[in-house]
Amino acid sequence: MTRLMVFRTCAHLALAALAASPGFAAPAAAGAEEPPPVEEIVHRANLVSYFQGRDGRAQVSMQITDNQGRTREREFTILRRDEAASDAIDGAAYRGAQSYYVYFHRPADVNKMALLVWKHLDRDDDRWLYLPALDLVKRIAAADKRTSFVGSDFFYEDVSGRDIELDKHELIDVTDDYYVLKSTPRDPAAVEFSYYNAFIHKGTFLPVQIEYYDKNGEKHRVYKALQVETLQGYPTVTRASMTNLQTGSTTVLAYSEVRYDVGLPEDVFTERFLRRAPRQYLR
Amino acid sequence: MGNVRHVRLACLLVAIAPLCAWGALGWAAEPQLPAGLAPGEEEPRLPAGLEAPSSPPDAPARPAEPELPPGLVAPPEEARPVEEAGPVLPFEITGFWEVRGGARLRDDEHERDASLGETRLQVQADKDVSGVELRVTADLLLDAVADRHAVDLETGDGFLDLREASLVFSPASMLDVKAGRQILTWGTGDLVFLNDLFPKDWNSFFLGRDEEYLKAPSDAAKVSAFTPWANLDIVYTPRFDADRFIDGRRVSFFDLPGERIVGRDAALQVDRPDEWFVDDEWAARLYRNVASYELALYGYDGFWKSPAGRQPATGRATFPKLSVYGASVRGPLGRGIANAEVAYYDSGDDRGGGDPDVRNSELRLLLGYEQEIARDLTFGLQYYLERMLGHGAFLGTLPPGAPGRDENRHVLTQRLTWLTMDQNLLWSLSVFVSPSEVDAYLRPRVKYKVSDNLSVEAGGNVFVGRDDHTFFGQFEDNSNVYIGVRYGF
Repeated sequence: MTRLMVFRTCAHLALAALAASPGFAAPAAAGAEEPPPVEEIVHRANLVSYFQGRDGRAQVSMQITDNQGRTREREFTILRRDEAASDAIDGAAYRGAQSYYVYFHRPADVNKMALLVWKHLDRDDDRWLYLPALDLVKRIAAADKRTSFVGSDFFYEDVSGRDIELDKHELIDVTDDYYVLKSTPRDPAAVEFSYYNAFIHKGTFLPVQIEYYDKNGEKHRVYKALQVETLQGYPTVTRASMTNLQTGSTTVLAYSEVRYDVGLPEDVFTERFLRRAPRQYLR
Repeated sequence: MGNVRHVRLACLLVAIAPLCAWGALGWAAEPQLPAGLAPGEEEPRLPAGLEAPSSPPDAPARPAEPELPPGLVAPPEEARPVEEAGPVLPFEITGFWEVRGGARLRDDEHERDASLGETRLQVQADKDVSGVELRVTADLLLDAVADRHAVDLETGDGFLDLREASLVFSPASMLDVKAGRQILTWGTGDLVFLNDLFPKDWNSFFLGRDEEYLKAPSDAAKVSAFTPWANLDIVYTPRFDADRFIDGRRVSFFDLPGERIVGRDAALQVDRPDEWFVDDEWAARLYRNVASYELALYGYDGFWKSPAGRQPATGRATFPKLSVYGASVRGPLGRGIANAEVAYYDSGDDRGGGDPDVRNSELRLLLGYEQEIARDLTFGLQYYLERMLGHGAFLGTLPPGAPGRDENRHVLTQRLTWLTMDQNLLWSLSVFVSPSEVDAYLRPRVKYKVSDNLSVEAGGNVFVGRDDHTFFGQFEDNSNVYIGVRYGF
């Protein structure tokens, strides 16, 4: 779960730069540590957070606990398919358009609703919501991705990934376990944070903790990876939390029945299967 | 002048600086540490390890480091055994129980004071049987306001309203068939329908039932074909499914021939086309996406869905023949979603428009736009035009003194939806205003999700109009407020 990354104004230039530095030559940093270039860290973290495998599916349960201890639960199945067939970092080959299908089980008032998202690199997402009681396929404007996802402390962008080019990324610290990145939005007016620090695990490049600072410099949101498992060879966060320090609300996400490289057909992510849930992939 | 030049130069430098930095990074093959980029950046940052200017004064020099989570501490663990799903019922059951009550805001001599007083248990059962999906959705209803209690599955009267009883299967990989009782919707309008000729329940809508009850079920077979070029839906309804139209029993209305408002004292008597496989309906939609835009063509052959004519001999209301041809497009525009839809309503029994007992043909147009204007606040705007064709002939048939109809009926609609309290409190206001008919319809609504299962809501349906005979104006005395409690499972 995360957002991270690269410097630059033009993506292809950045990618060309990456490709032109074979093996990501080590920087001339002082000390024993020779961290990879920040853009490589950012790309690797982006890959392991959102792009592993050709596709993936997971059962997600969400528990939202407010500052008075009241809880609400959400259960849904999430399907993801990448346009890019590769998981290669070189030339950012892993990075491409993606499709998401979210099928809601709980609570009762959203049961059997389905959300379809086509993520594009070069333009706004396309989003559709299917309301089964009305047999209605509703188109949703994708404008603000930093709104709560289904009433939880996670934002849309936390669940499906923040475009790495929307932020400037700096490596501000290297510890025994982590690369610590500081990411600053290129367009501060578009987001609620002024910057965030991400602790990227050195071995797996999984973001273990992300701390968002508001416009006053106060820490206001914290993401934590609580449990990591290696599934089909992919390091995977299977429990994570997001805490809103201003409201005192915390959401814990638990992923189960995670599978990669399922072979999801492209047409699962179309209106056909919005209206008729692709049950064989949702079980 | 000189200042302007300086500013331009500065802008150019700012624009070039990062490019230079990246160029250097690429060619040097030994990228500098990010902190080292700071001097060349347009936005200088303090290097790693130093406090950022925006950090609170007591912030540690280094961000405090989190503990490694389980799974990263040691060599990665073996995968946990996959959690098996819980015990499975023979079929999945979901639904809700609801209590809803409403009262009229004005004294309507034609109707009861209570607009709603009912409790409803909806049960939905789903089952897959070797590739065939079965679904039954039934509402068990106790309605204290209704006059009729005999079960009628067409009109929804009585203690049982069967919403769905369908099966879905794929005879071929590119083909889906859904047969049986089902809710059907297509088109791009928000609460405005042009090419969607599937049955609506206007009584439920105007009385304040949940919005899902605006759609009444069809008994139909829907065949969908999916090809790389376009997709095609064909819906065949072997026996005409009318709207659950306004007939005076629950909502009073303006009776055109009588030129007065009538209600349950003089409920509308209708001749409904009801011969199987003769009085049938066909509806089709051909659609495809082009980039982010959804394009669709529509066709319909059947009958006006609500009464649109009169038998001169008996005075009973009729459902004259109707064919509809239309098209729509929907896609992103600016930061929102725009849609446009047109439809030609061909009233086959009165092409010339000179028959006073059959509604004329029409041209309908809808333009819409919706955008999230602030966080969790969505604003939608639509313009809807209903243009009567053969208007001159229509005027010629009017008895002297009878209220006429404008050639063009213009309607503006807006919908504001605001989610607050972690999206648990929903505020919404839909407004329909017709400047040409000088009438309006307001739908305020507030809903609070007390818990995952329990929600309460309150709302209203308010009609205002200058005249008694206009579309919204005729319902003025039906203005109502309602409250509801729902428990979902």
